[in-house]
Amino acid sequence: MIMDRPSFIVNGHKLPWQEGLVVRDALTMMTYTFKMLVIKVNGKLVKKGDYDSTPIPLNAEVEVIHLISGG
Amino acid sequence: MIDREAYFSKRHPIAFPIWQRAVIGIAGAGGLGSIVASSLARAGIGKLIIADFDTVSLENLNRQQFTLQQIGEAKVHALASNIAGFNPFIAIEPHLVKVTPANIDALFGGCDIMIEAFDDADQKEMLIHKWMENYPAKPIIGASGISGYGNNESISIHRYDKLYIVGDLQSKLEDGISPIATRVAIIANMQANLALELLAPHNQEGNDNG
Repeated sequence: MIMDRPSFIVNGHKLPWQEGLVVRDALTMMTYTFKMLVIKVNGKLVKKGDYDSTPIPLNAEVEVIHLISGG
Repeated sequence: MIDREAYFSKRHPIAFPIWQRAVIGIAGAGGLGSIVASSLARAGIGKLIIADFDTVSLENLNRQQFTLQQIGEAKVHALASNIAGFNPFIAIEPHLVKVTPANIDALFGGCDIMIEAFDDADQKEMLIHKWMENYPAKPIIGASGISGYGNNESISIHRYDKLYIVGDLQSKLEDGISPIATRVAIIANMQANLALELLAPHNQEGNDNG
């Protein structure tokens, strides 16, 4: 049996994980272009200024919610 | 003089008293906010705190609950006046102010539930982040992806713990085209309807969908 490669999940999509990944990398990997976001890593809110410094743990579940203008 | 008991007749025996005691914050009194406020006022929420810095303009009338005669008035005051026209017993606290990280606590700290009804995505983001930081135990109901018409089936409630986002999470505003009344109203009323449900969950003893 082949071992699963290290991974993490963004909005239900499985992505390859490696040591040192931060939240910003996940956005890049998903090619998300919206600027206004709410991001949770394993259920915990990531503050706006912390996208470049918040690490993504192995097997993390990341939720990225786009906030789109209109109201 | 309107009789209070007569006005509040035929109300849900369990949910209505809960709604009467509730305070709901509404950030933004435009397309979403004017409808959220009107529906919650009709449903019987006891107090609404509404903040918006804008005035009613002609182009707002394609979706916002104002009249030609109200053009130029502050939206929060026009809205409070419209609500007073059908519900004399609700407490409305209108704030003619731009919501900022610095005034969120003072404006909305006493609310049981926060409803994000802004137009601009940066304002949506600011409020949601600040609310979740300051009040992690209190629900906030936002909206994202409301543009266009039709596509009813794409609209749903996305739940992330105490954060709820209503919309399709995809539809972007096209340049020069406003959100359209029907879809804005659906989403606003889903926000309002969810707020009622969070206050008085159906699984409470004796409470049902009746």
